[in-house]
Amino acid sequence: MKKKVSTVDYILVLVFAVVIVITLYPFLNVLAISFNDATDTIKNINFVIPRMFTLSNYKYVFKDSDFVMPFVTSVSRTLIGTLVGVFTTSMLAYTLSRKDFVFHKLFTVLFVITMYVGGGLIPDYLLIMRTLKLGNNFLVYIIPGMIWVYNMILVRSFIDGLPFALQEAAKIDGANDFQIWYKIVLPLCTPVIATIALYYAVGQWNSFMDTYLYAQKLPTLQYKMYEIMNQATMKLDIHGSSKVTTAVTPMSIRMAVTVVATVPIVIVYPFLQKYFIGGMTLGSVKD
Amino acid sequence: MSKNQTAVKRKTRLSLGIIWRQRYLLAMSIPFVIWLIIFKYIPLWGWTMAFQDVKPATFKKPIFEREFVGFGNFIKAFKDRLFTQTMINTIGVSIIGIAIGTLAAIVFAVMLNEMKFLKFKKVTQTISYLPHFVSWVIIASIAKNVFNDGGVVDSLFNTNLHLMSTNSVLIWFVIVFIDVWKEVGWNAIIYLSAMAGIDPGLYEAAEIDGANRFQRIWHITLPGIRPTIIVLLIMSIGGALNVGMERQMLLSNPLIEDHTMVLSWFSYKRGIGNSDYGLGTAIGVFQSAVGITLLLIANKIAGLLGEDRLI
Repeated sequence: MKKKVSTVDYILVLVFAVVIVITLYPFLNVLAISFNDATDTIKNINFVIPRMFTLSNYKYVFKDSDFVMPFVTSVSRTLIGTLVGVFTTSMLAYTLSRKDFVFHKLFTVLFVITMYVGGGLIPDYLLIMRTLKLGNNFLVYIIPGMIWVYNMILVRSFIDGLPFALQEAAKIDGANDFQIWYKIVLPLCTPVIATIALYYAVGQWNSFMDTYLYAQKLPTLQYKMYEIMNQATMKLDIHGSSKVTTAVTPMSIRMAVTVVATVPIVIVYPFLQKYFIGGMTLGSVKD
Repeated sequence: MSKNQTAVKRKTRLSLGIIWRQRYLLAMSIPFVIWLIIFKYIPLWGWTMAFQDVKPATFKKPIFEREFVGFGNFIKAFKDRLFTQTMINTIGVSIIGIAIGTLAAIVFAVMLNEMKFLKFKKVTQTISYLPHFVSWVIIASIAKNVFNDGGVVDSLFNTNLHLMSTNSVLIWFVIVFIDVWKEVGWNAIIYLSAMAGIDPGLYEAAEIDGANRFQRIWHITLPGIRPTIIVLLIMSIGGALNVGMERQMLLSNPLIEDHTMVLSWFSYKRGIGNSDYGLGTAIGVFQSAVGITLLLIANKIAGLLGEDRLI
């Protein structure tokens, strides 16, 4: 195809430049405010280069146990939730990829149905809080959302594409089905495992509603941010005002926390896009 | 289905022998089926609460000992002083969102498709995904800087526009704007991949016939992605009432709650806020029932218009 570059192409470049600015400006603005002196910020918040550079907002956030604990909770749920999710999802996906498994069809249908119908907010809430009494328990971050059926289907269709002869060979060598999964299938699944690991990790890190509904006493970073947003005034002198020499405001603290919560996403998302887009086109639910 | 397994795919009938032979497969799957029943199917059974009077005190009673109220909870929901406005908000913010969101994603995808500087295209695309991966809490925190009184937009125009503090339908547009900003790059992907499937020969033939760029977009690109557009539209109409409580709640504040309240949030407010479990469930069931109806209607209309149907 020949590539003649016309005026329209330059207009497109211009439009894209505007799109980039509109997308990035708010993020850069947050970044700038988080590094800016809090009292100076009150005058005007529209800037992308700190006017009075300071680290005091971050110093405050990383010293305050009010923020350190939620940070630890967020990191823990992301690590544990991802590990548990990947392990269970890939194991289940393997059993459902085995067309000779007696319950292959039945179990697949049972799982797929739940992608389309769900009990809804109140029944879920009552199950978790009243029946299972998981409120304010760390397990509420791991167990109820342990397996995403969509991820399971991704892994299953990946396994379907692997040569079955490998499994048969292992079987002849005397391996049981667990060993076949763990030693033969799982190592071959690395690309799809990476995909779902990223899905689970981003989902866990970003999750907010489960804390809001079930575990307000076990706040995550996301929930903490929500709290700051809804507080007109915040207790800022928890350590005693003498230790904090520079003033911080709810606004400046919120910006520092926003940056801390965004950075992990910004780091992993260039990798995400490669895997995600592969996953999106793969995601057919057909059997 | 994979061709590799046809050899193994003989009729497997349930017997003790096969259960013993497949004990590992069973052990590797049954725990998750139990998990599934507990966390996905038991809440479905909870729909019965929509037809009962269930309060914290009566929740512990066995299901048949609770008082059945028929459609009482539904009537109570419809008569609620918040119901009409909530319905209007849900439909309003949803329709605006579907219309503007779809249009923006298609326009963005067409522009990306037309972009000849491939490096720049890739950079723009990568940047456009960023907000998609960021949580709604972070987006809300950022949006407050931009739209709150004295925020970035206000200081840009040097006036006070009260974008997030006017108790009117203005907030629907602000919410939709934020949502489109967050998702447009991401939603464009599916249209882009549909465009990649269009036969390049069509473009070459059109070029030889003297079609200009806009004619090619209008007569080849857009018709090429038409089935994709229809399928996605049917699906989003089916989900029209499922406006997430998370986004609405995070972008709201007590001043403007009249215009940000949507069905899911209303269900939470009545069901858990007021501890009327039966009422809250009824609102959720209503939302699902209308959703399925809308999906079927949209699907039927697509069929009548000679389009590919979803179901």
